[in-house]
Amino acid sequence: MTAHPTELAKQVPVATPATLVLAVDEMHCGACLRSVERAALRVSGVDSARASLAARRLSVTYDANRTGEVDVIAALDRIGFAAAPIETAKQDRGDARQKYLLRRVAVAGFAAMNIMLISIAVWSGEGGDMDPALVSLFRWLSALIALPTVVYAGQPFFISGLAALKGRRLNMDVPISLAIVLATGMSLYQTMLNNEQVYFDAAVTLLFFLLVGRYLDESLRVRARGEAQNLLSLQSGIATVFDKDGTQRRVAAHALQPGDRLLVAAGERIAADGVVHTGKGQIDQSLITGETAPATVRTGDQVYAGTLNLTRALEIEVTAADSATLLAEIGRLMIAAEQGKARYRRLADRAAQIYAPAVHGLGAATFIGWLAFGASWQTALTYAIAVLIITCPCALALAVPAVQIAAASRLFKRGIMVKAPDGLERIAEIDMVVFDKTGTLTLGKPQLIEDEELSDDVLGSAASLAAASRHPYARALVAAAEQRLGSVAPATEVVETPGEGLAQSLRDGMEERVGSASWCGVDSGDSEGAEVWYRRDSEMPVCFRFADAMRPDAPETVRALKRQGFDVALLSGDRRGVVERIAEAAGIDTWHADMKPADKIAWLENRQRQEGKGPGRKVLMAGDGLNDAPALAAAYASISPASAADISQRAADFVFQGIKLAPIVEAIDVGRRAHRMAFQNFGVAALYNAICVPLAMLGFVTPLIAAIVMSTSSILVTLNASRLAAGGRP
Amino acid sequence: MTALAWLIPVALFLGALGLVAFLWALRSGQFEDMEGAAYRALEDEPPDEEVDPR
Repeated sequence: MTAHPTELAKQVPVATPATLVLAVDEMHCGACLRSVERAALRVSGVDSARASLAARRLSVTYDANRTGEVDVIAALDRIGFAAAPIETAKQDRGDARQKYLLRRVAVAGFAAMNIMLISIAVWSGEGGDMDPALVSLFRWLSALIALPTVVYAGQPFFISGLAALKGRRLNMDVPISLAIVLATGMSLYQTMLNNEQVYFDAAVTLLFFLLVGRYLDESLRVRARGEAQNLLSLQSGIATVFDKDGTQRRVAAHALQPGDRLLVAAGERIAADGVVHTGKGQIDQSLITGETAPATVRTGDQVYAGTLNLTRALEIEVTAADSATLLAEIGRLMIAAEQGKARYRRLADRAAQIYAPAVHGLGAATFIGWLAFGASWQTALTYAIAVLIITCPCALALAVPAVQIAAASRLFKRGIMVKAPDGLERIAEIDMVVFDKTGTLTLGKPQLIEDEELSDDVLGSAASLAAASRHPYARALVAAAEQRLGSVAPATEVVETPGEGLAQSLRDGMEERVGSASWCGVDSGDSEGAEVWYRRDSEMPVCFRFADAMRPDAPETVRALKRQGFDVALLSGDRRGVVERIAEAAGIDTWHADMKPADKIAWLENRQRQEGKGPGRKVLMAGDGLNDAPALAAAYASISPASAADISQRAADFVFQGIKLAPIVEAIDVGRRAHRMAFQNFGVAALYNAICVPLAMLGFVTPLIAAIVMSTSSILVTLNASRLAAGGRP
Repeated sequence: MTALAWLIPVALFLGALGLVAFLWALRSGQFEDMEGAAYRALEDEPPDEEVDPR
């Protein structure tokens, strides 16, 4: 930052400024923020670095001739922060939209307050001793503020409304735009004629509140989307590549080419699809298959991007990278499935479809009616416009968003995040719940089956060996030992043979082994493989068995769902025996094993369509694996645990925290109540209209009545919605 | 009544000043990182321009 431009020019003929945005994981505090920025600034060639704690991102500007993204990432890696570049195309579309709305919120807010200030003065002087010239001046002042505001701040509604009209549809933005434009236009006309029906205040205040709602909605989405992008970037992140001369180089995963040779260290995720060139080890493929048991891979075996290398460094020859990987393919499958969901019409838009023609019809009827009774066309038009304004969809436009914000905040307090704005509407309509097994119905992590016969001594020794390995069973063993014995001292001289086990020589020439049955010299025959053996020299080998434990309240949740009349089913990619056992334990009668992602979609679509036999089912899918992501997107509504693969969380409408399944019941419950409440709100809005529209049609509406009616109905709707957030049952 | 002739413009001007200040803050990125800024305020060391010799 201190380098003078001339100095720079001497060193490098052409300085090529470039910017880079990195997702930085694990940046949680002010101290991290500073160390991340400092580390980046210390890289020579970096001009500035600014970290954002809210977005967990770091923006760097640098001279592309002197450094590159890999140097910055390496510098962060040295101080212990995993970072990955975010593709420029994906960086901030959402941010820009958010700012676009916020600018309009600010302008509308300013205008609404100032116009209200003037309007209150005019209302107070109504019928009193206020100088007519002054009233006129005040109205012109309001017009001066309101006109530019409506043109500028109304854009989001006008654009969306016009787009809907072009597509020969009606959405909520059509009546909103119409009401705002008409209210403003007529107020201007009435101001010119020096009449009383001036509604600039109502038009601009409505605009302000609607914009606030839009902004909140958008910021919820931007935040969720940003987090998903960070995680997706970090998933593949950075890879170590061997150059032809044998030197190692770190490159971003999206820059890999088929034919590159990767070195994947133990504990790293594989950055591209490929075949194992050298090495043998175990990998965790649960991201792709949903299967938690680790798979053994040898030279020549196919491996996929996103899978986790568990045991020993592997050298992999890339066959497909970036958008050609299976991971990316599943992502595309998911987006395709999501398109189907986009056909869902939001409640407010469906209401608008009934409401808008009714309003416009009433307005036309008023105009024609007054003309027929011999009124001048100006009078007829004035009354017709009054009808349109009184029916201005204030309350209607607020009816759904107010409820959704209240419901989302209630769920948020209980650890459930609402990700899709219309998710609450859809979850209220479901009649079937489908679970995935691994990670959803179960915890997705192997746990040691506690056995009375296991002595503390044996468990402790086995765990101290196992502490040297990253293998899931080894970790489970250590976790179980820590729970029983307090702490485990890791053994120091352990040798790991990938795919087999661990061994350590003891002082007196004896040897300890932990690992597979054959590793410990046991003939285990037809075991299912969810076991680890331990043998101390020539003593009797001991067997540790593992199982993927069910979430503690799974049977209870299934019972609660059945009691409420939902059908419950289990779809899993796992083996038949395991699925059957879990289904039985959880009390689920309908289950299917060995299902691939495409099978799950087919099953769901089959249920959801049911050609020719009445309406299809509406399914809530609960799943966690990458393999579930397409099914989550295809289902009518979807929910994921927070431990789920990032892409699944992105596909899901809801994400819940914790190890319990109860949030699923809670989400359905709140969704249904929100649905009821939205209808109550529509009722309130309709009631107001029923009372006031006849008055307006008969020409009795004064500005004061209009203002009171509009604001009370809006307030009532908002208050009704806030009952949901308050927590108590209505 | 003449008071209004200057009171209203003054009120509008002050409001507009607030609006402009907000829009400037938005544009210059004051709201980019609401969480981080809270921590930066607790930072003891002076900003980098002065300490970092690079």
